[in-house]
Amino acid sequence: MGLDEILTASVFASAIRLATPYIFAALGETFAQRSGVLNLGVDGMMLMGAFTGFYAVHLAQQGETLSEPASLLLGVAVALVVGALMGLAMAFVSVTLKAKQGISGIGVYLFGLGLSELLFQQWVGTPKSVNGFPRIEFPLLTDLPIVGEIFFHHNLLVYVAFALVPISAYVLNSTTFGLMIRAVGQNPEAADAMGVSVARVRYATTTIGGMLAGLAGASLSIALINLFQQNLTAGQGFIAVALVYFGGWRPWTVAAGAMLFSFVNALQLQIKVIGADIPSEFAVMAPYVITIIALVFATKRHEQPTALTKPYERGE
Amino acid sequence: MNKASGNSQLALAGRLNRLIDFAPVLIALLLALLVASVLLLALNANPLEAYDFMLKGAVGSENATAETLVKATPILFVGIGITIAFRGGMINIGGEGQMIVGALAGVTIALVMGEMRIPPELAKERGAFDVFIVACSLVGGFLAGALYGGLAGFLKAYFDVNEILSTIMLNQIAVQMMNFLLNGILLDPAEAGFNNIPKTARLVTAAQLPRLSLPIGDPHLFDRTRLHWGLIIAIALAVVIYIFLWRTSWGYRIRAVGENQRASSYAGINVRRQMMFSMFLAGGFAGLAGVVQVLGLQYRLQTDGSPAGFTGAAGFNGIVAALFGGLNPLGAIPAAAFFGGLLVGAQKMQRELGVPASLITAVNGLIVVFVVSSEIFIIQRSKRRVSLQETPEGLDEAEETG
Amino acid sequence: MKKILAIGVLFVFVAAGLVSLAQEDVFRIAALMPSATNDLAFSQSMYDALAAIQEELGEEAFEFTVQDSTYIVDDAAVALRDWAASGEFQLVIAHGSQYGPIVEELAAEFTDVSFAWGTRQDTFGMDNVYSYAAASDEGGYFNGVLAAHLTETGVVGLVGPIEVGDGKLYADGFANGVASVDEEIAVNIVFIGSFSDVPLATEAAETHLANGADILTGTAQMVVGPIAVAVANDVLWFGSDASQDELSEDIGVAFQIYKWEVLLLDMISNIKEGLLGGEYYKLTLENGGLVMEYDKDFEISDELMAIADETIAGIVSGDIVPIPDMMEEDSGE
Repeated sequence: MGLDEILTASVFASAIRLATPYIFAALGETFAQRSGVLNLGVDGMMLMGAFTGFYAVHLAQQGETLSEPASLLLGVAVALVVGALMGLAMAFVSVTLKAKQGISGIGVYLFGLGLSELLFQQWVGTPKSVNGFPRIEFPLLTDLPIVGEIFFHHNLLVYVAFALVPISAYVLNSTTFGLMIRAVGQNPEAADAMGVSVARVRYATTTIGGMLAGLAGASLSIALINLFQQNLTAGQGFIAVALVYFGGWRPWTVAAGAMLFSFVNALQLQIKVIGADIPSEFAVMAPYVITIIALVFATKRHEQPTALTKPYERGE
Repeated sequence: MNKASGNSQLALAGRLNRLIDFAPVLIALLLALLVASVLLLALNANPLEAYDFMLKGAVGSENATAETLVKATPILFVGIGITIAFRGGMINIGGEGQMIVGALAGVTIALVMGEMRIPPELAKERGAFDVFIVACSLVGGFLAGALYGGLAGFLKAYFDVNEILSTIMLNQIAVQMMNFLLNGILLDPAEAGFNNIPKTARLVTAAQLPRLSLPIGDPHLFDRTRLHWGLIIAIALAVVIYIFLWRTSWGYRIRAVGENQRASSYAGINVRRQMMFSMFLAGGFAGLAGVVQVLGLQYRLQTDGSPAGFTGAAGFNGIVAALFGGLNPLGAIPAAAFFGGLLVGAQKMQRELGVPASLITAVNGLIVVFVVSSEIFIIQRSKRRVSLQETPEGLDEAEETG
Repeated sequence: MKKILAIGVLFVFVAAGLVSLAQEDVFRIAALMPSATNDLAFSQSMYDALAAIQEELGEEAFEFTVQDSTYIVDDAAVALRDWAASGEFQLVIAHGSQYGPIVEELAAEFTDVSFAWGTRQDTFGMDNVYSYAAASDEGGYFNGVLAAHLTETGVVGLVGPIEVGDGKLYADGFANGVASVDEEIAVNIVFIGSFSDVPLATEAAETHLANGADILTGTAQMVVGPIAVAVANDVLWFGSDASQDELSEDIGVAFQIYKWEVLLLDMISNIKEGLLGGEYYKLTLENGGLVMEYDKDFEISDELMAIADETIAGIVSGDIVPIPDMMEEDSGE
């Protein structure tokens, strides 16, 4: 089999779709970690966002109370709100109550995993599909050879995810809010002395992280897969946390990590579909192996936020 | 007030204080159960009945208690390892993968050595040889897990690859490796065929970790249960690691690096080596958890394709147990037992009341969040206590409030 | 607080007493399942079967209890022992081949309790263990034949979990079924390495479509993703284990349904006569344990229906052997 059979345009398009939930969730986690909060509960927040977003769309479309676009926007709004609430809860636990972040995150994950499944069983029953975000047909662009297939045939949330990359980078690097986030994560004492409320900033970033995690879940349940099933995310939230480390807490490289991971995953699916004779286990492990190897050889000039996982205690 | 009686009063107050320290934890637990009650009521289940079943399922009978301890054993092993890693400033999310790798190595050694024939003239040494097989398997499992954990430490120390990232990735790699090997060279010869189950052959009795019963009562306590020697090994190692961390210079160096890398470096400690070493030990303990599950309980390694199918998520629960245990190996013992009871009891509740398994998962999450959040109240109390105990007047006050 | 607890405990005792009184003529089954009872796949097939039996025998004559989502193999040991030791259940079902070693151990200890486990042909030589399996290769072959006639692109795609057990049987049967019609048709098979990873299964289905497939099939609970892909892209879907009729809207063609009640009813009557085990059951098209169900929304041409009937008749009569190599192996056991 030739390289042209393996590296098709569809593989790149597939990688872009696969990367979407990771980009949402990892960008959100980047905000939280940049301010010093390690949120290991991302996967639970994604699941809650995925379920509630799906359920809102399901109800609206079933009752035909809303037009399809309106029902989808409602789904996004619900996922954002639920994600924000879970983010607030995480902030309350780790900022106000100063609980150990690694452990409270696992608790939040378990809670989200269990509750999303419970509500699904009670309110929906068996998997049902909704009419999710349709793929957008751009005039002219979609019909372009190769480029059209790779870039101009996705649903709205895919573009939103990628648009958030420069926006996040701008917010973090070039705004006062971004400066406050970095200050709080790097040197909370100094930030505090300068009159920045460490707690308020961390509440804000963790809530943003929760909202984006909720949106990540919704991108699966109402845009890419268009249904919900128990544990729909299958651990993607944990991979998203790993990708934040991969990207050295910078939005562009975090997104690059998500793309690399997703590209290898798309590639291994393609290689199996066209019938390469390699054990499927090795194909499945490829994205994980290559992500580690890539990081080994990458040059790293980043610095971990010094206050990461450390609750802030005002010195007396 | 003379000095002696002051001391004894201090000791009494200290003990009282430590008891009261548990109060916030208990209140947090009750609050979590209260929230869970709302969910139970929504599902038309009687919460009191539910918690009664939970308690019965955890400690209501000899067998239930044994199962709680069985469940706690791998959590404790992992928890000890996580404690070392955390003390060394490393966050090890890779317990699942390290358990799997440890189990793979251990079961391979046990299978191969179990098949060995010893010369007839040494037949009376059979018992010693059996112990040797088990010991080799345990050591092999430890080393394999240690190398797998150590790999993450190595990548961190020399290539600046964050250990959270590498251990999350290594978990997935380990499970695929297990699926590959159990469906390949380690496949039970009796399973060769079209719809084989990916699992190894059953270990011969000689290669098994014996079941454990205590010489209390007749029949002996825990006779005819699945409790095995893994528990004793885990508890013994918890003590060993406690001594290691706080009474040896090696342990001191690990903790020094965890406290402050830069200062340790100035003090002449090889920080990179300590990072690798603490991850090596953490992985080793997770590896032991894995091999003990096979040798003591399942007598073979099999996979359903997911990591948790084999590990029971002990690699994650061990993190929680380590932190609940105050990052002290001895504290991890009751913490692991508590989680074992919680998990086993919750399943009983599910069976008896027919409530969905997902509710149990959610409640476990609630308990973790509530209990970990209660710690602040303990810390505040102990801070106040330190300042109070400096003055005799403070002591009186402490007694009154206690 | 204490009072409420006491009343609660009293309530439990009274309830337990009532149950034991009523128990005389009631047949009670406890069943353990690896995934959720609403997974549209393996676990749901057993749950549906138990519910069907209850429907048939009536609630006063038949009761069942389940513990689902028990993917942690070791947890199965606790549940199965609890049920066996309680003495309340005439039959304890371990619905998952991974539970086998546990059943083997418990059956030796609780010799007066009847166990059933599957899917596997192995009663461990014990007379209180039934084992069961499904000839999922038969439904796979049948679906393959139909898929071969319906494909226009000459490419069909399959998404499987891990390359073992029933999933592999179905895949092999499916590939052989397609090949029996036309060897030129490409059957692309992807095992994604997980039973539950819906996002990856979804993208595997997309990859199939990108490589020209106009028909999709697959097994295990993560196929809800591929079904949604089939619906969105208007390509045909063939299913297995339980009916996915509702989810697959108008693109479903046929589903292989496991009717476990066929063998369970036989076990129940055996147990009532005092025969606690020692037998092996296999769901087949012949014994009615496997049923091919056509999607209500899909119209099959008369011509194709004739081919479908012919295929079923061929498998039932033994003229068609879905996986020839396995036949030899089966007779060897």
